[in-house]
Amino acid sequence: MKKILTHIFLALMSFISIYPLIWTIVSSVKPGTEFFTNQLSLTGFKPTLENYIRVWGKASFGTYFLNSVLVTVCTVCLVVIMTNLAGYALGRYNFVGSKLLMGIFLSSICIPLVSTLIPVYQIIRRVGLMGTRTGLILAGAGGAHVVFLLLYSNYYKTVPYELCEAAEMDGCGFFKTYLNVMAPLSKPITTTVVIMESVWTWNAFQLPLILTLNNPKARTLAVGLYSFKGENTVDWTGICAGGAIAMIPIIVLFILFQKAIVDGMAGAVKG
Amino acid sequence: MTARKKKTITTNLWCWAFVSLTLIFYILFQGYPIICSVIYSLHDWSGMTPDMRYVGLANFKNLMKDAMFWSAFKNSFKYMAVMVPLEVSVSLLYACLLNSPKLKGKTFYRACLFLPVVITAAVAGIVMSFIFSTGGAVNYILTSLKIVDKAVNWMGNAKLAVAAVVLVSLWKDVGTYMLYWLAVLQGVSKDIIEAAELDGANSIKLFFYVTLPVIAPAAGVIVILCTINSLKAFDIIQTLTGGGPFFATDVIATYIYKMAFTADIGMPRFGYASAASLTFGFVVIIIGVILNLIKGKLQRKETAR
Repeated sequence: MKKILTHIFLALMSFISIYPLIWTIVSSVKPGTEFFTNQLSLTGFKPTLENYIRVWGKASFGTYFLNSVLVTVCTVCLVVIMTNLAGYALGRYNFVGSKLLMGIFLSSICIPLVSTLIPVYQIIRRVGLMGTRTGLILAGAGGAHVVFLLLYSNYYKTVPYELCEAAEMDGCGFFKTYLNVMAPLSKPITTTVVIMESVWTWNAFQLPLILTLNNPKARTLAVGLYSFKGENTVDWTGICAGGAIAMIPIIVLFILFQKAIVDGMAGAVKG
Repeated sequence: MTARKKKTITTNLWCWAFVSLTLIFYILFQGYPIICSVIYSLHDWSGMTPDMRYVGLANFKNLMKDAMFWSAFKNSFKYMAVMVPLEVSVSLLYACLLNSPKLKGKTFYRACLFLPVVITAAVAGIVMSFIFSTGGAVNYILTSLKIVDKAVNWMGNAKLAVAAVVLVSLWKDVGTYMLYWLAVLQGVSKDIIEAAELDGANSIKLFFYVTLPVIAPAAGVIVILCTINSLKAFDIIQTLTGGGPFFATDVIATYIYKMAFTADIGMPRFGYASAASLTFGFVVIIIGVILNLIKGKLQRKETAR
């Protein structure tokens, strides 16, 4: 009896949890007329791609999609390189200033984004990158990425020192040891970092919103959809199609890498 | 000796070279901006033109008299006060149910409950504004169950809009904390649970006497993360209600956005908005420090016992 109740409760909550996503995707393939007679039905109509075709071209969701992909790929690469390098140095070596650096990076957890938003906007504007994808990438990669630093440094700490010594015996210097021996070992962490940073960058809203205020062409999907809703309040099926374009890649990523995402999130709280 | 010294120096240089990229990005986009914020906050400046006028602490003084700032400030804390207990307890309930080893289909349930977390918050806010609309699913259920006579306008009523923001945020974020709890619950020994079960303890007793003492230290971290995150909230509120109706759901982040980047409340004012963001950032840091101290105290007590 208790078991059945648990199942009923969890099934209900699970349904509520994914219902908005199902509704969006179903509505995105609903003909506009059908949607306005019955916006709740999930079946019983002929699916169409016309909403996608409409927003992809006319509402520049094609551009937004490309922007989101480019910004995400570049930001992730940048973040992986910088946190891997820094995590290696901080986790492996006790160099002059290492404790201080780690302390400074750690303390940044509690600085809310909103406190740095206005100056970051100014910096990007002053260097002439306002409304550009480069500006989005650089600002997006900014900050200390504390979680990733901790993941890498904790990981590198656990690698046996004999491995390094062996590499040094073979005549590898600091950089060669890192590149040939250590960095390849960090692959499992890198997988986590890549997936999590992809999700975060793809979903970023506040920063891309203010950095593309002057140039709709550089907007990412999240920002594009927000402004599209502001301008076309009645085109619900179009908004759903836009929303689905933003959601589907991330849902696919989640289904493919569920374990890495779950482990990464759990690792963040343990770290 | 000199060879070793040389090696130490090279190692040190390499280490600094390795951290330099992170350090540059950190300074550029986090350290320097904080200093800039302080400078901006002391000036009367629109942000659009180069002329800045030094006004000392006038921005902060005006801020203290600004009813809209205080309303947003209070809303941020009200939101936190509601969200943290709600999110922490609901996620703990999910995690406890899913942690049972005999439960069938728990991976499926976990995936469903977690899925909203990975969805773009801004997109979720927009979609939810439809689901809470007069023809949306929420109103459909409420009218079918005869809880209300006719569809309610969630976004048009201050109290209902706040409720909608809370419900949507809970739906969106609860999966994160559920995962945290699941990770923590792994630490509860299965042998102890089995032994207690053999002794005839029911699940409620089991929870309070076996599980709770083990997970209490980690709960501190989860509460802190939840608190800080709820104070940072922007995406969902901006896209779901835009801070409306009549600023009823405005929190600090949406207030600052309006103040600095839109013409919703008069001309953009960077200096003034910077003062607001600094004041709020400062309060968030203080809260973080206090919570950390409390957590440290509690943990020390735990180990002393």
